[in-house]
Amino acid sequence: MASVFRFSRSINRDTRLVSIQFENQVIEAREGETIAAALLANGIDFTRKTPVNGQARAPFCMVGTCFECLMEVDQIPNLQACMIEVQEGMVVGRMYGPRNPDDDT
Amino acid sequence: MVGCTAQEILTMTHKSPLVIIGAGPAGLAAADVAGRLGIDTIVLDDQKSAGGQIYRGLSDIGDNLLKVLGPEYKSGRELVSGLEHASVTWKPQATVWQITEDGTVYYSDPTGSSYLQSEQVILATGALERPMPFPGWTLPGVMTAGGIQIALKTAGLTPEGEFVLVGSGPLLLLLTRQVLNAGGKITALIETTPRQNSFRALKYFPGMLKSRELLRSGIQLTGVIRKHGIPHYRHASSLTAVGKEKVEGLQFRSGGRMHELGCSVLGIHIGVVPNIQISRHLNLSHDWQPVQHCWYPRTGPCGETELSWLRIAGDGRGIFGAKAAELQGTLAAWSAIVSLDKTDQSGAKEMIQITKEKLLPLSSARPFIDCLYAPSQEFLTPADETIVCRCEEVSAGDIRSYVDLGCTGPNQTKSFGRPGMGPCQGRYCGLVVSELIADQRQVPVSEVGYYRIRPPIKPVTLAELASLHKQGM
Repeated sequence: MASVFRFSRSINRDTRLVSIQFENQVIEAREGETIAAALLANGIDFTRKTPVNGQARAPFCMVGTCFECLMEVDQIPNLQACMIEVQEGMVVGRMYGPRNPDDDT
Repeated sequence: MVGCTAQEILTMTHKSPLVIIGAGPAGLAAADVAGRLGIDTIVLDDQKSAGGQIYRGLSDIGDNLLKVLGPEYKSGRELVSGLEHASVTWKPQATVWQITEDGTVYYSDPTGSSYLQSEQVILATGALERPMPFPGWTLPGVMTAGGIQIALKTAGLTPEGEFVLVGSGPLLLLLTRQVLNAGGKITALIETTPRQNSFRALKYFPGMLKSRELLRSGIQLTGVIRKHGIPHYRHASSLTAVGKEKVEGLQFRSGGRMHELGCSVLGIHIGVVPNIQISRHLNLSHDWQPVQHCWYPRTGPCGETELSWLRIAGDGRGIFGAKAAELQGTLAAWSAIVSLDKTDQSGAKEMIQITKEKLLPLSSARPFIDCLYAPSQEFLTPADETIVCRCEEVSAGDIRSYVDLGCTGPNQTKSFGRPGMGPCQGRYCGLVVSELIADQRQVPVSEVGYYRIRPPIKPVTLAELASLHKQGM
């Protein structure tokens, strides 16, 4: 059956390597790329579980339209991973269901 | 709100004669015209670098990637220089979430929320990929062709493993070439263009002949697929993406029998449609396009709208492609400048005339392309089990059942099952929900209408709203 959902770094962009933390693992990214792109390159195969039925979803449109890549970035929930560039030391986590209103306090 | 009256907020706004929303081909061309005349202009775009999705990432692209993306991509370089004029202010990562009827533009950027008061606004928000719903299209690994192309443009990525592309339209073929150029592999290309489209499009072929550039690139693209010997299925239908936690394969019918191909990434695409979130939230009239199955905001020859201070340029006005978008941006800018009364009127009118003439050959090819790549019915009115609203997980069958219960339009179905009320605000279901309701009621889509789009048109936090009040105080 089919292999993992992952993208290859086909074209070398020669930008600086950065490390970001994703759910207790450290993954490698390239400066100038979005979080969503970095996750695709690292074979992270889903970015959130839906609030309605708990379905797994992953980056879909990559241009900020579909909101499938909503993640928690540096403790801020529901951010679009395809709209934010990676930064050294950034902490990224999946969204499991809706944002918790208690987090806002 | 927070100790500050509406009037106080308005007096704090920054004024600008011209505000351009969107820094793709149309917005950049408009900025260039205004900049050459020294007119104070602010350009807002939600991305970090200018160029729009078509020329995304152009500013810091390496030579390796430039080779892969093709010569058309390079032409964006000149356009981006439209932002370098002294009178043009460029605001990247600025997401517009509301425009009020007096022309005040509200936006958020990494520093918080802000607003601009303008005399003239040019809307150049481009296109979105048309929703292509079929069973399984929400599985991880199913991505739009445009999204896969962005991963290539911005990060040099191509899908690893089995990669299948399905759908129709020029972008699907362009992506095929770009992925191959980048050294990526394509397991199969599956075209869903219905057989009858070719016959219907034939009568428009003379118009296509007038645009030799487009014709040549079309022939080249189909040649690349043949040369690489990629398995190529045509007139495919009855699509289902299969997989448990993520996509594992695609089932489809082609050549009179069912097929199943394994894949880890499935690229889908059936054309692009105007991004009408802003024109809709301003309550402008929109006209249903029966061939392309989408809405165009009602515009005059230079992109004029029912609001005297607003013009629309580029694919957000109607799908004519990047080259036409540039010319439309130029047109809208000259026309706005005439309204601002800041230049020699006869000179501006002459520029408008010249630009209109340049646009003609580009427009003449569209009827052929639109007719050839008109979406297949199965994506307009998908099977009952298909999720239509990805955000709220509402199926096509749900929508049909709401119509049977008496719903006549998409704003009523919202109250029944919340389609269009999730974070994407109907961008990926609006067209389909209207089509489904029209089909179930057996009336034209124009009679069913579209979602009423309300601000904020992109999610903003209360903290961002509150930050408005601090400005200028």
